Amino acid sequence: MSVEKSYAEINEKIKKGMAVVVTAEEIVDVVKEKGIEKAARQVDVVTTGTFGTMCSSGAFLNFGHSRPRIKMNKAYLNGVPAYAGIAAVDAYIGATALPESDPENRVYPGRFLYGGGHVIEDLVAGKRVKLEASGYGTDCYPRRHIETWITLDEINDAILFNPRNAYQNYGVAVNPSERTIYTYMGVLKPRLGNAGYSTSGQLSPLLNDPCYRTIGVGTRIFLGGGSGYVAWHGTQHNPGVPRGENGIPIGGAGTLALVGDLKQMSSEWLRGVSYVGYGASMAVGIGIPIPILDEDILRCCAVTDEEIYAPVVDYSSAYPQRESGDLGTVSYAELRSGTIKIEGKEVPTTPLSSYTKARQIAQILKNRIAEGSFQLSQPVQPLPSPQAGIVMKTLEEKKNKE
Amino acid sequence: MVANKFVLHFSSALVEQPIIYRLVKDYDLIINVLKADINPHKKGYVVLELSGDPENYNSGLEYLKGIGVDVDPLSGTIFWNKDRCLQCGACTSFCPAGALYMTTPQMEVHFDDSKCIICESCLDVCMAGAVEVRF
Repeated sequence: MSVEKSYAEINEKIKKGMAVVVTAEEIVDVVKEKGIEKAARQVDVVTTGTFGTMCSSGAFLNFGHSRPRIKMNKAYLNGVPAYAGIAAVDAYIGATALPESDPENRVYPGRFLYGGGHVIEDLVAGKRVKLEASGYGTDCYPRRHIETWITLDEINDAILFNPRNAYQNYGVAVNPSERTIYTYMGVLKPRLGNAGYSTSGQLSPLLNDPCYRTIGVGTRIFLGGGSGYVAWHGTQHNPGVPRGENGIPIGGAGTLALVGDLKQMSSEWLRGVSYVGYGASMAVGIGIPIPILDEDILRCCAVTDEEIYAPVVDYSSAYPQRESGDLGTVSYAELRSGTIKIEGKEVPTTPLSSYTKARQIAQILKNRIAEGSFQLSQPVQPLPSPQAGIVMKTLEEKKNKE
Repeated sequence: MVANKFVLHFSSALVEQPIIYRLVKDYDLIINVLKADINPHKKGYVVLELSGDPENYNSGLEYLKGIGVDVDPLSGTIFWNKDRCLQCGACTSFCPAGALYMTTPQMEVHFDDSKCIICESCLDVCMAGAVEVRF
C-alpha cells in the first residue's frame, strides 16, 4: 500500500511532539537501511539547509516619524544608500549597496569592505547604525535633513525581503584565461587554477524538492535564524532547464523570493560579505522543511551528492559575454572531494557556500519541528513548474521606437 | 638567495637614521616594505621582506642588531577569527601550506598557525574578513 499523509496529520504529530524529523543528509542512510516505502511511512519531515552569499537580498525598514516630519528621498545607513523612493520614512537597504565613498574597482581589485549586507548584519546584531536622510520639504513633511542613530529595536519595522534566494543548483566557475579574475564565484586563478562552486548539494532546499511539490508560496521556512515564508517564486525562476533522469536540473533553475521579520533574526545567519574585485553582499541562512506526503517526495529527499550535477562555466569569457560554452558537468560528490577533472586537468575546488553551516541549519530546523515549536504550512499556490513554459528573457539594446 | 619577512622595531633615536638605505647600499639586499609606521622622534616599526645572498643577508641582520634594531621574524601574525569565519572553505583551496584546511566529511574549516607561511593568500579570498594580519 502506498504512503499518503496530509499536512494536517503531520502537524498534529508535530504538536504532540511525535513527529519523526531527519535532515536531508540523515535521510540517505535511513532510506538505505529501510527502503523507500518504510522510510516514507516512518519519517514525517525532512529538513534542508543552505548558507551562502545571496546578492538578491535586502530589508524594508520603517524608521518612524521625526518631529518635524520628513519625507526622505535619500537615505543612508552607515553611509550606505538605501532606496527611499517609497513612502516618507520607508526605505529598502539592498545587500550589495555600497557607500558613495567606496573606491569600488578604481583601485583594482577593490575590497568592498562595507556594504548593505554589513548594515543588515549590524542592525541584526543590535548595533547602533547612523541614519542620514534628506528630503526636499513639503507642507506636510517640512523637514529637509536628519542625522541620527537607530537600532533595530527602535524602528517600527524591519522586513527582510529577498527577491531571489536559494538557487536550485548553480554553475561551477572556472577561469581558462591567463590572468586571475575576481568574480562573485570568488577569486579564480588563471589556466583552470581552481573551480568555484556554491550550493549545499544534497542538503540544498530545492534540490530535495526538484519539481516543487511541497515548496510553494506560503511555505514556512527557517530564514536568517528566525522564521519566514516563501513569498513568491524568485526572480529568474527558470524551471524549464534541462534535467537529469531524477528530475534534478543540471544548472541554475528554480529560485525563491523570501520574506521574514528581521527583528527575530540573528547575525549568525545574516552576514555581510566582501568579494575582492566584485562587491559586497550578504550570506543568508535558509532552511526549508519538506513534509513526506508520499514515497515520491521521500525519494527526492534521499538524493545524494553523487546524483546532483552542475555545469562547468568559463567565467573569463563565456559568462561575462553571455555566451554558451560547455566545459562539461561534474557531480557535487566530486566537487566536495576537493578536486575535479576538467579537460583532463586536476582542478582544486573552492567552495563558496558552507556545507557545515547548511547542516547546522537543517539540524536547528529539525530540532524546532521535533520540539513542536515550528509547524509546517501548506503552500497557498505552487511555484511555476518545469512545464510552465517559462523562458528566460535577455536584455537587448534598442533605439527608441525600434 | 634567502628571503624572509621581519618586523623591525626602531627606537626614537634610530628613526632618524637611513637604515633601509644602508641595507640596500652596503649589504646589497632587496627590500620589500609591507607596512611601516615611522614618525620623527617617535618609536616606529617596519614590516619588510629581506632577500639577498645568504652571506649578505646574515651580515645585514647583524648590522641591524648591532645598531640596536629589534628584529623579530614575522610569524604568528595571521589570525583566524573562528567566530567571523563563515565556514565556506574558500580559503582552504588557496592556502599553499595547508594551514587553513577542511576536515571531511564534516567540511569544517580549521587553522593550524604552525603551518602558516604568512603568504597572505587567504586575505583576498576570505569574504567574511575572518583572516587578519596583525603585527
